[in-house]
Amino acid sequence: MKLHLKIWRQKDASTKGQMVDYTLDGVESDMSFLEMLDILNEELISKGEEPIEFDHDCREGICGTCSLQINGRPHGPDTMITVCQLHMRSFNDGDEIVIEPWRAKAFPVIKDLIVDRSAFDRIQQAGGYISVNTSGRPVDANTIPIKKHIADTAMDAATCIGCGACVAACKNASAMLFTSAKVSQFALLPQGQVEAPERVQNMVRQMDLEGFGNCTNTGACEIECPKGISLENIARMNREYLSATVKG
Amino acid sequence: MSGLIKSSIARKVVMALSGLFLVTFLVLHVTINLASVISPEFFNEASHFMGYNPLVQYLMQPILIAGVIVHFVMGFVLELQNRAARDINYSKFKGSANSSWVSRNMIYSGLVILAFLGLHFYDFWIHEMTYKYIEMNPEDPTRYYAETVEKFAPFWRTVIYVVSFVLLSLHLWHGFASSFQSMGVNNKYTPTIKTFTKIFAVVVPLAFAFIALYHHLNPITH
Repeated sequence: MKLHLKIWRQKDASTKGQMVDYTLDGVESDMSFLEMLDILNEELISKGEEPIEFDHDCREGICGTCSLQINGRPHGPDTMITVCQLHMRSFNDGDEIVIEPWRAKAFPVIKDLIVDRSAFDRIQQAGGYISVNTSGRPVDANTIPIKKHIADTAMDAATCIGCGACVAACKNASAMLFTSAKVSQFALLPQGQVEAPERVQNMVRQMDLEGFGNCTNTGACEIECPKGISLENIARMNREYLSATVKG
Repeated sequence: MSGLIKSSIARKVVMALSGLFLVTFLVLHVTINLASVISPEFFNEASHFMGYNPLVQYLMQPILIAGVIVHFVMGFVLELQNRAARDINYSKFKGSANSSWVSRNMIYSGLVILAFLGLHFYDFWIHEMTYKYIEMNPEDPTRYYAETVEKFAPFWRTVIYVVSFVLLSLHLWHGFASSFQSMGVNNKYTPTIKTFTKIFAVVVPLAFAFIALYHHLNPITH
């Protein structure tokens, strides 16, 4: 199939970017979206042009690295997948495809389609950990009885891959879904109780400092999350935060 | 506690609590208004009570005005912060794929309601304050029904009121249930809250619109 691509090109963080038109022929429906970009880049390199920079790593939907806004949606038109899991069979011959980087003040563009998501790292560092005694005889986590539905809910939250689709999808560029998933995965478990009040306060404080927007409960993040992280996590974080702050 | 004032979650909670407070006021307001259709005498009695009871006038009324101001000022603050959080807009943004129009446009439905409140205050509140505290007119427990019906005589005012109630419906459609999520309530009762929200968001504005249209179509003949 032949595609008309509109892709954000930006030389570096300090240079203003723009949308650039490309036409790519010979795209097969069984190619992944990233393979399509690989082919475009090979063409650009063979013509002596600068290839398009984009983030990718595992190419199996678990690393959260690929981060493209495709035709106005994070990770493209399909749900519960990352860009590397998106295939060209989701498009038709002659389609125009608009490809942009995540847009958020807290995610500045480094080059072309690559954004700096270290804001997420700093939120995680602010409280996304637990205190565990390490020694030659570590206590097995499985020795603590945990109800199955609680363990499952914690695991659901822990499946967040930190890709940033929630921020990209939110009209307010809010990072509440990411932060709430990281808060929830510990808040639900006994091992996470030691630092629970400080954790939620510190992570929310860092989230606000990074310049993410406020959540207005549109629910866009939940729909676009490739791992199906639920809005229930945001409600849980709100409860945790209010409880921790009121208790002081 | 200082963190509670500064944080994004606190701002959400302020919006939620002030919104829910205004929702409870709407219930009271629509109940008294419905009386104007059913029993002009009762409407006059209730309006007179609301207009002259010291508790209502000097405690509830200032709290209500404060609630309105807090809700819309915080709404503006949130909107400005949210716009700043995305310094470069997408050239293509398909919000309709993942969220409802009403949830993405609360600021616009809110602005229409705010503009309506300006007219509504001019029509009734300013009139009432002038009557009582500037012109120093004596108490007249029988005037309210006629004054209300007279207000809806002009077609343009009735249209503005009805259109504003449509926007109020859209605002409530998202806002009511959303306020529970903001306060951390997302559990087995959430589907019930969402269903109740939809019923409330239709019934209450519809009742307000019905009352406005009823008085427009049934003027007092002298």
